[in-house]
Amino acid sequence: MKLEHVDGEKKGEILLFALSTCGWCKKTRLLLEELGVDYDYVYVDLTEGDERNEVIENLKKWNTSLSFPTLVVNNDKSIVGFDKASIEEALG
Amino acid sequence: MSSSGPDDSLVEDYYKKLKEEAEISGYHLNPDEEFTKELLSSILVNQQRYGYGACPCRLASGKNEEDLDLICPCDYRDPDLDEYGACYCGLYVSGEILRGEKELRSIPERRPTLDERKEAAGNFSDVGISASALPFPVWRCRVCGYLCARDEPPEVCPICKVAKERFERFL
Repeated sequence: MKLEHVDGEKKGEILLFALSTCGWCKKTRLLLEELGVDYDYVYVDLTEGDERNEVIENLKKWNTSLSFPTLVVNNDKSIVGFDKASIEEALG
Repeated sequence: MSSSGPDDSLVEDYYKKLKEEAEISGYHLNPDEEFTKELLSSILVNQQRYGYGACPCRLASGKNEEDLDLICPCDYRDPDLDEYGACYCGLYVSGEILRGEKELRSIPERRPTLDERKEAAGNFSDVGISASALPFPVWRCRVCGYLCARDEPPEVCPICKVAKERFERFL
């Protein structure tokens, strides 16, 4: 699974599953950048074939409804949707 | 957002047309113009990419017949407007949100999974009324609930403007 990296303050392993076309995903990225945290993201709509399957299998572990954005913190906890309060609480 | 997105003028035209259509039928676009136009730009991207204007906030399969329910306006817009005051993307909002009486928030996904959708399609059960007793079949728009009794559904829903394929036999 190919990830894009954004540099920032290390607050743990932060992985964002997003769509390049989605407004709430964009708001989530803007919030992460506002918080200045180090994170990786993948735009699932831009993946194809085997890579798409791999990303989906990975996302399924965190969010069976396969909705976006899904933010995974430290391989432990996921936050589904643009839930500003929960994201700030987890990463603030 | 994609840097090679559609022209601003295309988005502007789409915005004007959609806003006018929405208001005529009692729907409202999100008053946050920048957010709304980005979503519309994304729908145009999807139109280009998949050949149909899939919901920009959901993962399209690329297969039109699997995604009929999520071509914007999607089958889930109206139940989401009823329950949360906005569609899943926040493109359409209720009067309450438009007037600023309620805050717009990201809402849970209502669309069933692919397996659930397949199962539901297989389990179609007819309602108790004998359709053969009616002089015409009744068609229902899956998006807005518009009903009409005629041999075939209309080419375009007169209320929400979705295409004929979005209708189901109701009676």
